[in-house]
Amino acid sequence: MKLSSHVPSGPLEQKWDRHCFELPLINPANKRKYQIIVVGTGLAGASASASLAELGYQVKTFCIQDSPRRAHSIAAQGGINAAKNYPGDGDSVRRLFYDTVKGGDFRSREANVYRLAQISGQIIDQCVAQGVPFAREYGGLLANRSFGGAQVSRTFYARGQTGQQLLIGAYSALMRQVDKGGVKLFPRHEMMDLVVSEGQAVGITTRHLLTGEVKSHFAHAVILATGGYGNIFYLSTNAIHSNVSASWRCHKKGAFFANPCFTQIHPTCIPRSGNYQSKLTLLSESLRNDGRVWVPKKAKDSRLPKDIPEEQRDYYLERIYPGFGNLVPRDLASRQAKFQVDAGLGVGSTGEAVYLDFTEAMNRLGKKSLSEKYGNLFQMYEKITGENPYKTPMRIYPAVHYTMGGLWVDYNLESTVKGLFILGEANFSDHGANRLGASALMQGLADGYFIIPSTITSHLAGCLPVSEEKKHISLRESEKESEERLQNIMQIKGSKTAGDFHRRLGNIMWNQVGMIRNKTGLEKAIEEIQNLREEFWKELYIPGEQSNKNAELEKAMRIADFLELGELMAQDALEREESCGSHFREEYQSAEQEAIRDDENFCHVSIWENKQNEKTWNLHKENLDFKEVPLSVRSYK
Amino acid sequence: MRLKLNIWRQKKDEKKGCFESYEIANLSPDMSFLELLDQLNEQLVQQKKTPVAFDHDCREGICGSCSLVINGNPHGPHKGSAACQLHLRSFKDQEEIWVEPFRATAFPVIQDLIVNREALDRIIQVGGYVSVNTGSAPEAHSTPVEKAKADEAFSNAACIGCGACVAVCKNASASLFVAAKLSHLALLPQGQAERKNRTLKMVKQMEREGFGSCTNTGACSRACPKEISIHSIARMNREYFKSLLS
Repeated sequence: MKLSSHVPSGPLEQKWDRHCFELPLINPANKRKYQIIVVGTGLAGASASASLAELGYQVKTFCIQDSPRRAHSIAAQGGINAAKNYPGDGDSVRRLFYDTVKGGDFRSREANVYRLAQISGQIIDQCVAQGVPFAREYGGLLANRSFGGAQVSRTFYARGQTGQQLLIGAYSALMRQVDKGGVKLFPRHEMMDLVVSEGQAVGITTRHLLTGEVKSHFAHAVILATGGYGNIFYLSTNAIHSNVSASWRCHKKGAFFANPCFTQIHPTCIPRSGNYQSKLTLLSESLRNDGRVWVPKKAKDSRLPKDIPEEQRDYYLERIYPGFGNLVPRDLASRQAKFQVDAGLGVGSTGEAVYLDFTEAMNRLGKKSLSEKYGNLFQMYEKITGENPYKTPMRIYPAVHYTMGGLWVDYNLESTVKGLFILGEANFSDHGANRLGASALMQGLADGYFIIPSTITSHLAGCLPVSEEKKHISLRESEKESEERLQNIMQIKGSKTAGDFHRRLGNIMWNQVGMIRNKTGLEKAIEEIQNLREEFWKELYIPGEQSNKNAELEKAMRIADFLELGELMAQDALEREESCGSHFREEYQSAEQEAIRDDENFCHVSIWENKQNEKTWNLHKENLDFKEVPLSVRSYK
Repeated sequence: MRLKLNIWRQKKDEKKGCFESYEIANLSPDMSFLELLDQLNEQLVQQKKTPVAFDHDCREGICGSCSLVINGNPHGPHKGSAACQLHLRSFKDQEEIWVEPFRATAFPVIQDLIVNREALDRIIQVGGYVSVNTGSAPEAHSTPVEKAKADEAFSNAACIGCGACVAVCKNASASLFVAAKLSHLALLPQGQAERKNRTLKMVKQMEREGFGSCTNTGACSRACPKEISIHSIARMNREYFKSLLS
């Protein structure tokens, strides 16, 4: 199969406008003849559903939560980037583009990133018009702050709840269309399968999470906006129900998976406290604007932080990266924290943490101003740890947070299955090997509000608005296949719980496919995951029935898919013999422990094709061309 | 730590349920309340019993999935937090704890601790938005918003739609939920065009869904994990009368 990214020709600045002009149009009277399925109601899914229904398409929207407003985008705290240059500090579309390409360590597609930067301003306009209460200055204009990987202030925010406010905006736009009849909503539905007929996506099969009913739904195009797969690590900052299954089912039906090993480990999370822990909690990296990261200079220093004098502290980020200081990109901040901990300099009872200290900011800004900026984050930290960050430094440690990898898409966001489009975190396209802070919200909304409503016509215009009956056979077959899968997993009747397998898989992933990887570890991980998978299909126990609310069954189905994805992630990490962005291979580092990228051999997207009915993959490559931002060693010093 | 849990169990499609008691030991005070339920469920599964069904997702107090009444308080004993933000250090060793679902006519119990809260979505559906199609928005800086008003709008927009206000209210009123949305949009210039219509539609839908009326007890604000003020309800009433009169 020849992969084409379908990036339009012409100068970078004109590609998107030109493409929009060249895309076919669908006459307003014909739009209502087309049915579109959207899976997921986070920022990308909700905004896409609303925008497509506004245009006149018939939209069916599915989510696993009881309400579309609860999708995991809601948990994003820090902000959303946009090249508005309101502070007049030298920002521009080109600078946002440049920062994102460089931040991604030259493993993203230039044309997609440029488009993202171009659209960023419109997103803010749209959200403000919807009534999103962004932070404002006393003059009534919008406030900005800076974020990791940038030297300008371009992040718009709503206290520490930006994701929630943006999602409520998109959700309300979605609900408006539900009221108008343009969107039919299916809450508490989990996608089980992608229905493909004659090489085209023609619908999905779902399981109702309360009744267990398995049913197919027809559409002329399917849009997946189902988020990332960070939960494969068991402990992550993702919501408990975030999973890879929708993407993985599409992968098994012909959608290629790109750069699966690119996983973002977020530097500022609350460290784990015990084995019972079900998830980790992130604290917005906006805290690094005013907080200073440090460890004691002496190993195993058990004194309280206030008893360690200034000269015996190592503000290591400020020391190693004087240019960006505490605001280096996430991958660097995380890795440096791990290096400190590995050297025995970690703090707290487990020794797996570093300090994030606000003393200097308290003196400079005062408590009131600090609490306006970070009040809810400080409160959140205190609730979980029982410690007051106004008085004692926070303890933080990196945790899995976001996955840059995802299903491969072309410039239209279409996957390798015709008629299947992938938006938001679920696709791979914009963040390369490392995502900058406040860029996920930007990408989700760019994809949903502004890109898919235009590019979906590339598929729809070429397909007649056929009726559901024509695809009847494939829809029934998919239902049958899904029911069989459910029966198979219910029938194992072993003795181990799904949670037990999840924890063990998470351990393998964190230790061998986590922040630092090497050949031996990755080979071992592949073998261990294969064995674990075999054990899973022999030893799993699920209580209850299929025809009821059955949280254990839901969990087991998701873990079955994670057990396959894990192997692919390890294989991808093994194959990529270089260090870039979030992907750090021990074998490829400088004497100063900085990543060594290999542009000669690895300046490409690794795209994995699942061989039909087999658990092996074929590797395809999309070469990346950097014409506008010349390849260079990423330096933040 | 060791705790005794009395948990509401109700089978799907059955009208009645009852409390069942469980003893659970070897707990850490740093454990969250939902992790306690996880541990209980893991035990139940190992004993081949049916685990307790409950809604949860983000586990950091923002998605609004939690629908637990703990010892008579929606979301538990603390102000300004959701059940997932509650830790066992808030309880005494050997303590007996009662866990029930949010209860209201408009929130029928589905199974165990899971309730149906779609009524809240339907209230938003009739008017909880600014009608602005994608792409038709003016430049963001064209309308300045007074900071104090923007901040107050934010405080109302912070509602996570959990329904604790309904669960705690003796009248099972959704007034705080509706008032928060109406206040959020009424305080902003963007919300003005539809202000009256929105108020009338949302209030009407609230009544249609079977929520009770507000009698100013103020329990809702105390139970609200985002501490939305009862002043918003006063604003809603004002808005409602203004809308009726003009």
